[in-house]
Amino acid sequence: MDAFVSLIHGFGVLADPMNIVYMCVGVVLGVLIGVLPGLGGANGVAILLPLTFSMSPTAAIIMLSSIYWGALFGGAITSVLFNIPGEPWSVATTFDGHPMAQQGKADEALTAAFTSSFIGALLAVVVITFLAPVVAGFALRFGPAEFFAVQLLTFCSFVGMGRESPFKVLAAMTLGFALAAVGLDSVTGQLRMTFGTVELMRGFDFLIAVIGLFGIGEILLTMEEGLSFRGKSTTITLRSVMNTWIRLPRFWITYLRSAAVGCWLGITPGGATPASFMSYGLARRFSKNPGDFGKGEIEGVVAPETAAHAAGTSALLPMLTLGIPGSPTAAVMLGGLLIWGLQPGPMLFIEQKDFVWGLIASMYLSNVVGFLIVLTTVPLWASILRIPFSIIAPVIIVLCCIGAYTVHNAFLDVVIMLFFGIIGYAFKKLHYPLAPLVLALVLGDMAESSFRQSMLISQGDMSIFWSNWLVGSICGLAMIMLFWPLITLLLDKMRGGGGRLSPGGA
Amino acid sequence: MKLAKSLAVAALTTALTSLAAVAPSWAEWKPSKTVEFIIPAGTGGGADQMARMIQGVIQKHQLMDQSMVVINKSGGAGAEGFMDVKESDGNEHKIIITLSNLFTTPLATGVPFSWEDLTPVSMLALDNFILWVNSESPYQTATDYIEAVKSGADSQFKMAGTGSKQEDQIVTVAIEQVAGKKLTYVPFKGGGDVAKQLVGGHIDSTVNNPIEAVSFWQAGNVRPLCVFAASRIEAQGTAKWQDIPTCKEAGVEIEYQMLRGIFMSPGVSQEVVDYYVDLFQKVRETQEWKDFMAKGAFTQTFLSGDDYKKWVADAAVVHKDLMTKAGFLAAN
Amino acid sequence: MFMEREQNLVPEKLAGEGEEAASANEAGLTVTMKTMELVVAGLLMLVAAIVMYDSVRVGAGWAFDGPQAGYFPFFIGLILFGASAATFAINLFSRTADLSSFVTKPALLLVAKVLAPTAVYLIVMYYVGIYIASALYICFFMMWLGKYSIRKAAPVGIAIPLILFWLFEIAFLIPLPKGPLEAALGF
Repeated sequence: MDAFVSLIHGFGVLADPMNIVYMCVGVVLGVLIGVLPGLGGANGVAILLPLTFSMSPTAAIIMLSSIYWGALFGGAITSVLFNIPGEPWSVATTFDGHPMAQQGKADEALTAAFTSSFIGALLAVVVITFLAPVVAGFALRFGPAEFFAVQLLTFCSFVGMGRESPFKVLAAMTLGFALAAVGLDSVTGQLRMTFGTVELMRGFDFLIAVIGLFGIGEILLTMEEGLSFRGKSTTITLRSVMNTWIRLPRFWITYLRSAAVGCWLGITPGGATPASFMSYGLARRFSKNPGDFGKGEIEGVVAPETAAHAAGTSALLPMLTLGIPGSPTAAVMLGGLLIWGLQPGPMLFIEQKDFVWGLIASMYLSNVVGFLIVLTTVPLWASILRIPFSIIAPVIIVLCCIGAYTVHNAFLDVVIMLFFGIIGYAFKKLHYPLAPLVLALVLGDMAESSFRQSMLISQGDMSIFWSNWLVGSICGLAMIMLFWPLITLLLDKMRGGGGRLSPGGA
Repeated sequence: MKLAKSLAVAALTTALTSLAAVAPSWAEWKPSKTVEFIIPAGTGGGADQMARMIQGVIQKHQLMDQSMVVINKSGGAGAEGFMDVKESDGNEHKIIITLSNLFTTPLATGVPFSWEDLTPVSMLALDNFILWVNSESPYQTATDYIEAVKSGADSQFKMAGTGSKQEDQIVTVAIEQVAGKKLTYVPFKGGGDVAKQLVGGHIDSTVNNPIEAVSFWQAGNVRPLCVFAASRIEAQGTAKWQDIPTCKEAGVEIEYQMLRGIFMSPGVSQEVVDYYVDLFQKVRETQEWKDFMAKGAFTQTFLSGDDYKKWVADAAVVHKDLMTKAGFLAAN
Repeated sequence: MFMEREQNLVPEKLAGEGEEAASANEAGLTVTMKTMELVVAGLLMLVAAIVMYDSVRVGAGWAFDGPQAGYFPFFIGLILFGASAATFAINLFSRTADLSSFVTKPALLLVAKVLAPTAVYLIVMYYVGIYIASALYICFFMMWLGKYSIRKAAPVGIAIPLILFWLFEIAFLIPLPKGPLEAALGF
């Protein structure tokens, strides 16, 4: 096979020991960047980009992409331990990862998260290796209407959860949408809800809201119950890792489904964050016990982590083949390619074989390296929970403030973050669900602009959303997902069994 | 030449001040702490790439004793970045790279700033705009395309571009004025997205910058019709930029280029400005910069001092005119 | 001392803690759940009204080529208003409204003990930068809430900002808010 020969050639490029050193340095830096909230992969890569100018392009991209893999791994750590997503795509990991940590199973949650990330990445790299030309063409078929359909599907597979009042679900969700609308309207260039202030023009950033709602909110709740994290100090041994691994193979369907969702959204490009939400929603939809999600179900860690890492990895494919970044981090790397004198796009695979296959080979290797590095540090991370609350809490708050500040280099964002913390605390106490709010905040902007772009193209004709098989089937799938609880109920009725209905198909 | 002059002036003032021995620190101004390099746009865009490249070049060749940090302030179509520089009166360690939003943002959003609130440092280059169509479309020349627009219905042809009421839409409006028909303008987030929409056949044309579409051109997916510049692109590279006619040659009387230039905080002394002019002159002499210019098919013009000011003032008038005609001015 | 308090290891408190919590916390009643429900729903209705108002300003209609800038926000505001009004009405008229305490006095005090210093921390940060403010904040938090001696608190409080300073300002070249002290040192 052609791809095989090229891949082996790629591993030959890697044989230079310096490249391996860069890889390890990159992964460690990436984990660090992933752990610090706010300092995202895109930021990290952008900051280190100028340092790589004196390297060869291959060494440089290996180091930068390793940073990216490290950040993908590292994002899960603070999500599980402190309910603070280090990266946007780790938000869905907090839903079950943090409850697991509270039950004293931080080691299990972290092992599951890292392993899932690794498997997601591996499956995505295999797709890149063998299907690159085919999938690149597939990505081109995605216009605004198709994007809107995907966002609709993400939403429909996620909503309808929990036992909260449907009015509160609706209120939380629409509040998220409303916050997402603040700032410059990307289609008309009008300012919305800024009331003449320059500060509001940048809108409410997803990460700032999430750090506040989840991180600060969690600290306030913890405080209310007395000063301690509810994490039980566990002794982590190789055995707990092995025990987790034994449990994982039974989720093979979740792995495959999540990796497929991740690859799809990474390539089109929809991004790792929607991928993680969609995958979490689907895992719950198809689970035998959806009620356990959100309470520390290990599958709820597996699904988003697999999808996020698969999406993050496959996001590099459209960058290389089309010159379109699949994620903000890929956008920065794209800039790097140009600066090193490489022109991303359809010609890259033909003109720069060494570079492309060296990079693909490095994806295999650096994910293995990254996986080993993070896995060996599981005990270290889990032991952080043993530090007394009155020491770790102020440090976490300081890190949250830094995280909020670095998103836009704005002091006001830190204040907004604290404010979101209070909202998060009040909402949790009054049983307003936070997940729909966060999802609406991350998707709202994207969904609205793709909808309106579609409307511009079709001149206001709604039929664009079922004008071809691709957009039609995604929209259809979205409707099936939305009414899934009803469908299962009907199916159960037809079988004559007693149906379980999870309420609130909002 | 202008540079030589300003350098001479700088040398003279230096000599004078050291003679007078007023403030030795003035003698040869140098940054005394980290210099902040503001980008009024998001990470990954054209301005971001250029700024980070400059940062890398300065670092690699040690052109500055202090380090330089790059900060993105993209809120409100860049308004946030410009306001930050405007408000940091007399800050000698803050510079900003501009794109057309220096002119368009205050007009379109009503945010109170203008280029006159900032201190002009120097022009780095001019970014070109090219009219692209999908290579499967029947249009071989700009005239073909404009004729098709003329004979078609209003809003029948779809143009994709980056952002709303910014450079791409301004060029689109200019085309509308020439053709006498409306185009449907669909805004996207980034130049790469725009190029992809054209290749995927979701829209009819784009006015992508060269670097955003060059790879698709070489792969035979898109076709350049004309470049909106006064003369053909001189850049040397694998792509045959010289073969693309100017729009004027093709009978479409439109000229538009985007400023990539440097400004800094108001209220700084001439010594400080001279230091940065000199710094960017050094950057331009590096091989990395030359390669970058060739790859992106930029028009290389270096202006500073009064020439630069005049160029910016003229450009501001042109933008105001275009934006007014297009009805893009903020309501209040 | 606080550290030794026995913890509730069950994370289940997302829902259905109502009555149980009420009986346990009768001691220090502050505001009832009902009042808080009304306040929050009322605030959301206010937000919704602002959203709708501003959406009408930018145009909330459907132009020939699709929705205007305010079209979606307007309906989102409308739904938010409706949903919050429903929550408001349910709590106002329902006889089964939750009259238990939203938060007990001791618990509120604990929450305030984190919130108040954090708010002060932000104000201090604005004037003297994040590093000095963080040092003070960590020391204060450890000494006041953790009852550590200054000999234990000071090293932590000084070390962490120093590590952060090295990490952000020197290694990653990310400028964070700084104050007069850093400026005096040439940063």
